[in-house]
Amino acid sequence: MRNLIDTDHSNQTINKAVSTVGLGGVGRSKKHESADKHVSGEALYIDDRPSLRGQLHAAVGQSTIAHGIIKHLDLSAVKTAEGVVAVITVDDVPGHTDIGPVFPGDPVLALGKVEYIGQPIFAVAATSYDLARKAVKLAKIAYQELDAVLSVKDALAKQSFVRPPFTMRRGDSATAIAQAEHQLSGEISVGGQEHFYLEGQVSTAEPTEDGGMTIFSSSQHPSEVQKLVAEVLDIPLNKVIVDTRRMGGGFGGKETQAAPWACIAALLSNVTKQPVKYKLSRTDDMCMTGKRHPFENNYQVGFDSNGQIKGINIEVNGNCGYSPDLSDAIVDRAMFHSDNAYFLDQATVTGNRCKLNTVSHTAYRGFGGPQGMMTIEMVMDDIARYLGKDPLAVRKINLYGTNERNVTHYHQTVEHNKMAELISSLEASSDYQARRAKITRFNNENTLLKKGLALTPVKFGISFTVQHLNQAGALVHVYTDGTIHLNHGGTEMGQGLYTKVAQIVAEEFQVDVDTVGVSATRTDKVPNTSPTAASSGTDLNGKAAQAAAQTVKARLIAFACEKYQVDESAVKFSHNQVVVGSEKFSFAEFVQQAYMGRVSLSSTGFYKTPKIHFDRETGKGRPFFYYSTGAAVSEVLIDTLTGEYKLLRADILHDVGHSLNPAIDIGQIEGAFIQGMGWLTTEELMWNEQGRLLSNNPATYKIPAISDTPSDFRVNLVPDDPNREHTIYNSKAVGEPPFMLGISVWSALKDAIASVADYQFSPALDTPATPERVLWAVEAMKEKATKKKATA
Amino acid sequence: MSLSMSPSAVRFLLNNDVVVLENIDPNLTVLQYLRDERFKSGTKEGCASGDCGACTVVLAELSEDNQALNYKSINACISFVGCLHSKQLITVEHLKQGAKLHHVQQAMVDNHGSQCGFCTPGFVMSSFALHKQNNTPDRAQVLEALAGNLCRCTGYRSIIDAALTSSQHAEADSFEQHYQRTLQQLIDFKSLPSAQFSHAEHHYFAPKTVTELADKLLASPNATLLAGGTDLALSVTQNLATIADLVYLGDVAELHTLAENDHEFIIGSAVPYSNFTPMLDNEYHELGEMIERIGSRQIRNHGTLGGNIGNASPIGDMPPALIALGAEISLQRGDVERRIALEDFFISYKKTVLKDAEFIKHIYIPKAKESQMFKLYKISKRIDDDISAVLAAFFLEIKDNIITEVRIAFGGMAEIPMRAKQCEAALLNNQLCSDSIAAAQFALAQDFQPMSDVRASDKYRMKVAQNLLQKCYLELQNKTIETRVVNYA
Repeated sequence: MRNLIDTDHSNQTINKAVSTVGLGGVGRSKKHESADKHVSGEALYIDDRPSLRGQLHAAVGQSTIAHGIIKHLDLSAVKTAEGVVAVITVDDVPGHTDIGPVFPGDPVLALGKVEYIGQPIFAVAATSYDLARKAVKLAKIAYQELDAVLSVKDALAKQSFVRPPFTMRRGDSATAIAQAEHQLSGEISVGGQEHFYLEGQVSTAEPTEDGGMTIFSSSQHPSEVQKLVAEVLDIPLNKVIVDTRRMGGGFGGKETQAAPWACIAALLSNVTKQPVKYKLSRTDDMCMTGKRHPFENNYQVGFDSNGQIKGINIEVNGNCGYSPDLSDAIVDRAMFHSDNAYFLDQATVTGNRCKLNTVSHTAYRGFGGPQGMMTIEMVMDDIARYLGKDPLAVRKINLYGTNERNVTHYHQTVEHNKMAELISSLEASSDYQARRAKITRFNNENTLLKKGLALTPVKFGISFTVQHLNQAGALVHVYTDGTIHLNHGGTEMGQGLYTKVAQIVAEEFQVDVDTVGVSATRTDKVPNTSPTAASSGTDLNGKAAQAAAQTVKARLIAFACEKYQVDESAVKFSHNQVVVGSEKFSFAEFVQQAYMGRVSLSSTGFYKTPKIHFDRETGKGRPFFYYSTGAAVSEVLIDTLTGEYKLLRADILHDVGHSLNPAIDIGQIEGAFIQGMGWLTTEELMWNEQGRLLSNNPATYKIPAISDTPSDFRVNLVPDDPNREHTIYNSKAVGEPPFMLGISVWSALKDAIASVADYQFSPALDTPATPERVLWAVEAMKEKATKKKATA
Repeated sequence: MSLSMSPSAVRFLLNNDVVVLENIDPNLTVLQYLRDERFKSGTKEGCASGDCGACTVVLAELSEDNQALNYKSINACISFVGCLHSKQLITVEHLKQGAKLHHVQQAMVDNHGSQCGFCTPGFVMSSFALHKQNNTPDRAQVLEALAGNLCRCTGYRSIIDAALTSSQHAEADSFEQHYQRTLQQLIDFKSLPSAQFSHAEHHYFAPKTVTELADKLLASPNATLLAGGTDLALSVTQNLATIADLVYLGDVAELHTLAENDHEFIIGSAVPYSNFTPMLDNEYHELGEMIERIGSRQIRNHGTLGGNIGNASPIGDMPPALIALGAEISLQRGDVERRIALEDFFISYKKTVLKDAEFIKHIYIPKAKESQMFKLYKISKRIDDDISAVLAAFFLEIKDNIITEVRIAFGGMAEIPMRAKQCEAALLNNQLCSDSIAAAQFALAQDFQPMSDVRASDKYRMKVAQNLLQKCYLELQNKTIETRVVNYA
């Protein structure tokens, strides 16, 4: 009989495998599974896929006003434009016209009314990308303009909300504040953030023979794209396949925001019966897709003379844009994180979801958490200046305790809390106190340039706060040559999810990680998946893949026991081999035996996060399975004449539990920190008085560039400290938490500004803290100092 | 070499393959050509505006003496295909040999320098160009070479480490192996007549001499001059315009010269920034440092001084600096040449004294003298690759503690790059002291009514402009104190 497959049965293979480093791999710094393809240009993104026969290109006509009724829509010139094959409006949508992900409110194409500048009104399919973009400019549209709400203040005054307000309460904050030794209040405007994934939004729709669609989408949520495409086309889910191999960055911006373009491509493809690609130009992407929510927050706090908080009221007002999208959960997360790492004692936290006539703001790394944390970090600085203390001392005295002072304002007990140790360790390793003294000296000696230093912590809750999303599926095949194929519901956007999950599967079978092949995330492989979001990708999909691998492994063990008449304990997987009693087989060889023995070598796996619950009616529960923690120390230099600044040094200590892949985790931490810094410094979204986005391209919207990375950048993982919760190999989620370490840069800028008036006052510094805002804050400090001198 | 096709076609090497283009739209960008015509998708489109670097490719071009190849990174998204003439175009697909990654690629893998991977080919190509010129770059050189490449995932540390990996002992890559052959092929291409091609109603002409250029412009006064194209190309990629008649200046020999005499530098209008920067940096270090912050390496490899001036943007960084230095330019129309002060070139927003069929030929920059001081400040939100909110240039001659000559020019403060005449008057023939500076600051508010836009408010622009006078004064008073955040180490 012909060999089942050519595998090398000689001992050489076994010996080679034993001597080769790189088994299993959990805990090792494996390179990204696509690293070689990234650097050679061989990694394919949607726009790189070869054109299909007859492929058309889409573009949409956009609203030029922020709010109004469409009185007249003349598309005759569009229809006759060069290259145009089809033009559709909402009347051509066979199924649902609303593609709101959770709540309705997002029409796929405008339904008689427009609610922001850039809203898609009609769509065109043309023979080329340029011809489609040119054609949409030819429409003649007449509007009846309506009043537009373009500020949070206006929205609050008009009670213009996308979802009802919500309050979390613990104790009686009003009384506690009134009875405290000291009271302070303040407000801050926190800017939004453009995702600026390097690969813009893109989808391709390809009609199938049965009236269905195959969609290639750069999406963090293929299952939702599948559902919405099926709904707009009015076809069942089993006729739509969505395929996502990789994204060129996501950061939350492709969680819900990838779907509209897939739906429009599918609608055009349905009309033309030809494949349609829809790639957004960078400016269209920046104008037509949601961003991180800008927030306007305020607080009233009562505290004692040590700076410890006794009671606090916090109000967070999210600018949600025109529709609910994910804003309910995003503002919730801002509220959940209004404590950051601190015990608030008696607290009332209220969140408003303001409706404005701008693009609908959406998920972005941290999901409202960063905006929530900004208020309490401002409180820490304000209390410190008021009492004349180092802000670090105030931060420390307010940390959650271990056995007491450990209940959040949403009544979850903070467990396994090691924040105090983490901060002490970082304070020592970063040489905080000595540098503080040095900086004081520098600031005394220099009038023009000033330095600032700050240490800020991060405690971030891990789990989707919408409980049902905390589930995942996976699919593992073992082939007869000993190679393994892995699919799961998670998507790869650069975070290294595919690599980590492959490591987990390799670890289960104790084979080289190269043995595990990963292909695109597809809705026909693993169904009903959650978005890859909330830092949960590895926690959920890693566990599901582990379960699938363990199922196959259990079958292999049972087969070994039966065939070789040994006890389970005599079967071991190690170094690309299966050891059965005294016999050793290469993994491939043993898999072949199992196949011949008619053992199923494929399995699905499933996981759901335990322990979590939250009752929104009472505002009580345990929304988070555990917390991810870390802290950063930033040192900055500012120019008091221009407001220019530079981050000179950053030290980070972050807890990822038992790291699955230290290189990937450090990459996530560094990238998140710099992205967080960008959010709070140079990345300025600006809308004009008509509601038009002015910062709509990379020439006007400045994400950090290479010189913004500090020349002294020290990033460390907390030495192996396994998660006490039973997560995958006791690791911790890492995608979002380190983003908020960037807050230390903002706090350090304020420290430098405060030095101008000898640290007597806490500077107000809205974000992004552009050089302009820093200069005004410096001027305000000078003024305050002068006034104080005059009255003294 | 076979030259069976039209001798005036565009000829270049795509890696090692000779490519002849003669029936192609001159509005096509190199990025579109690579992705749509050659199906090479390794080069990515991130912004189509030259701001992100994902489309970075490398051009190998002949040195002035035809003895060597210079490797330059450019943004394929804002370069038109015509500019490839007589160059070697190298893309990310050409680096790997068989299964073996190029050493700059391997260094990125070893340092975990890619996450989503979309920006990676661009970084690889910028790093490749850097290592071709300098196999042991230091940190400052790495930052300078990679400042035009944006990465949203990594935070850059790993990418910097990768680019810092020495390639001193790396084995010869395919470009080194084929060096002589490539050099000879480019010399052969260069000896061909001026490139000229048309597609439908769109024409492209790349004259090789000033006479050819002048004649062409007299014949077609509406033709659009293309130098580096780093701004012009945006009208095509962003505003969806098509340019009917493109005249490329990059091949005109007389516009490519760098010369000097005892009192001035003479820079050809089509010389890219990268080529003239060392000369100016040597004379005016602050100018050299400022130029390193104009655009990015890719932009400076393509963009020209003539383009920056001719574009007449209120936010161009070179005109105010050069006005303060007292630079002049020569303009030519037909065979008539005239020389004017640069400050007289600009009339109003985007309007200049340039006549139909006239072009900028040379830029004359006076050399520094002992008694003169030159201070330059570029203020922007981001240090790398950002358009200035304010560009301030101060030129002072001080004799016996009296200011005997002063030129102060600003960018971003008015609709054209402009001198602050009342501010200058407040200083001229006065002592350099805090009183005269205060008077000058006050006068500055009479000189300008700046505008508010996405980069800065009117108030900030004015405040900073005034504060920079103060800063200039402090720096002149005390040359040892640290005053610049940008340079602080």
